[in-house]
Amino acid sequence: MQAAEPASSVAADPLLLRVSGAFKHFPLSGFGGAAVRAVDGVDLEIRRGETLGLVGESGCGKSTLARLITALLPATAGKIVFDGTDITRLRGWRLRRVRRKMQMIFQDPFASLDPRMTVGDILQEPLDNFAIGSMRDRRRRVQELLRLVGLNPNFTNRYPHEFSGGQRQRIGIARALAVNPSFIVCDEAVSALDVSIQAQIINLLQDLQQEFQLTYLFIAHDLAVVRHLSDRIAVMYLGKVVETADRNDIYERPQHPYTKALLSSIPVPDPAVERERAPIALKGEIPSPVNPPSGCRFHTRCPIARVPGICSEEEPKLEPHGARDQVAACHFAGQV
Amino acid sequence: MGQTLLQVEDLHTQFFTSRGVVRAVDGVSLHIDAGETLGVVGESGCGKTITALSVLRLVPDPGRITSGRILFRGHDVTKMEDEEIRDFRGNDVAMIFQDPMTSLNPVTKVGFQIEEAMTAHNRFSASLARTRVVELLKRVRVPAAETRVKDYPHQFSGGMRQRAMIAMGLANEPSLLIADEPTTALDVTVQAQIIQLMKQLNRELGTAMMLITHNMALVASLCERVVVMYAGRIVEEGPVEQIFRSPQHPYTWSLLRSVPRVDEARKDRLVSIRGLPPDLMNPPPGCKFHPRCPFVVDRCRVEEPPLGEVGVNQVARCWVLMRNVKGEDVEAAKASALSVEAAQKLKAEASADPEAGNVAGG
Repeated sequence: MQAAEPASSVAADPLLLRVSGAFKHFPLSGFGGAAVRAVDGVDLEIRRGETLGLVGESGCGKSTLARLITALLPATAGKIVFDGTDITRLRGWRLRRVRRKMQMIFQDPFASLDPRMTVGDILQEPLDNFAIGSMRDRRRRVQELLRLVGLNPNFTNRYPHEFSGGQRQRIGIARALAVNPSFIVCDEAVSALDVSIQAQIINLLQDLQQEFQLTYLFIAHDLAVVRHLSDRIAVMYLGKVVETADRNDIYERPQHPYTKALLSSIPVPDPAVERERAPIALKGEIPSPVNPPSGCRFHTRCPIARVPGICSEEEPKLEPHGARDQVAACHFAGQV
Repeated sequence: MGQTLLQVEDLHTQFFTSRGVVRAVDGVSLHIDAGETLGVVGESGCGKTITALSVLRLVPDPGRITSGRILFRGHDVTKMEDEEIRDFRGNDVAMIFQDPMTSLNPVTKVGFQIEEAMTAHNRFSASLARTRVVELLKRVRVPAAETRVKDYPHQFSGGMRQRAMIAMGLANEPSLLIADEPTTALDVTVQAQIIQLMKQLNRELGTAMMLITHNMALVASLCERVVVMYAGRIVEEGPVEQIFRSPQHPYTWSLLRSVPRVDEARKDRLVSIRGLPPDLMNPPPGCKFHPRCPFVVDRCRVEEPPLGEVGVNQVARCWVLMRNVKGEDVEAAKASALSVEAAQKLKAEASADPEAGNVAGG
């Protein structure tokens, strides 16, 4: 259809997205200017055609970052350049034009589909919004989308409640694909699904990526799934990216102590490995993002922090450590 | 170990809905020895939680235990009077749930709730209960336990709440702790702490544990023995090492291969199990797994296999068994997302060619 505009048309820049110094503070009313620093100075790059995995524990700001990147929330400060355009300044039709290229798949397939719309209407809505094709084209496209995600194309008149969780997630994926995006953010897109269904959806996401040269930002707390799907992985802690590296380097040679602790805490489905595995226990709990610790934010829980000393006084920068393409924000990177 | 603590025999729990009878638990037999850790795994709706709730006789309303025996130290739980069952629930068995926020009362102090669990079952006097609360919170490694007893649940983090729930579960020194997805709602680092805690408690206090989960990795980490459930039935059971090394039921096999491992760099495709779990109101004839099974043979469609011995202490409910499946069929099932279709095509070709007649009964 004429709306199809391949992502690779502007091939020159290998980066699809560059986030530099992004901040998002949510002010707390009545607390004298205090704010939840959900995203607090993030630098991130996403290359064309890759899957970047974004991991971190609840409250680390990964979902807020995803909403900044997709321009669903305005950033407090910083630049987010998507396909050559800074989207933090865009308004009106210019913003809409960028949004067509980025779509999102959400965690809860029960909450993210309107229960009173038929599947056909749900899938046609984005096409209507962007006035893509004639009515006949749109109807044909809806059937094509259903087929793409492995559903029966004759299901257009059914309602979401008639589908299982996995099938609903397929509808969510079809909706994201409707407008031919080049970039899809998957925010915990497989977390709510049963394991056998999860495998189906993961395989589907991989197939679609290959077929349409999609770029994914894959956010999840399940690090095994993230390693399986991603080319590179970024780790967030308390509003900041603390390490980014190739998916194998980050697992084999983590440079930041938080990454190392996070990876060591994941159980493996193998009793022999489990008997030997010794998780690195972190002290205490994640500090409040209203008032993050001084210096390195991780110093209060870090097993190798020098406190008092450089770790509690000076904030480490994201710098190359370890393998090629690996950056970590730690004064003692690689010394865990 | 050795002494049998809990013995469930041919348990049937059914839900009588307006649309028909749902056979949520359909002939489950299992046992737990004193001090043992048993994992019960399966996907949503396989009956694992209802089995646990049946043991406590807490099956929610349209549901009823229709037949079977649940023997706890020789006493049949299904025949207990109200007074006895109350005593049994608090003193002998405790259960912890997935979501620690909804299982604590938000308007009562955490310390008081744990205290209440003890006084309600008359196990400890009121004054003794009060002193034990701090001791219990310390045992589950809640920092600054002396001051935290006066906190309300919202002042606790998710991990702390789950610790408080475990403390409450342990308050009356039960001999069996049933944990239903105890770490699913928690972050990975917190999850690791809770797993560690449960291991220690099992070792220190000798509390037997029944861990209900969909997470195979958790079972590998915590359990000695595992029961795999599908559509209300046990399809495989055995020692953890053995089941993980050589699963014999195709469902167990697929389940183990459908999850990526964090310690592996492979970028193979995951084995996905085609289709959906069956409707328990209307289960398929024959083996309940046959519509989704990549290794199905004709007999599977008409006759349900019994739980047969397949190894030392290992039983599986399958006519085929993984060890009899031909290598190329296994490879085909692993090969693609459309594994099932691919495998069946191979099978169709194989059966068209009588020379290649393969997977005969086990």
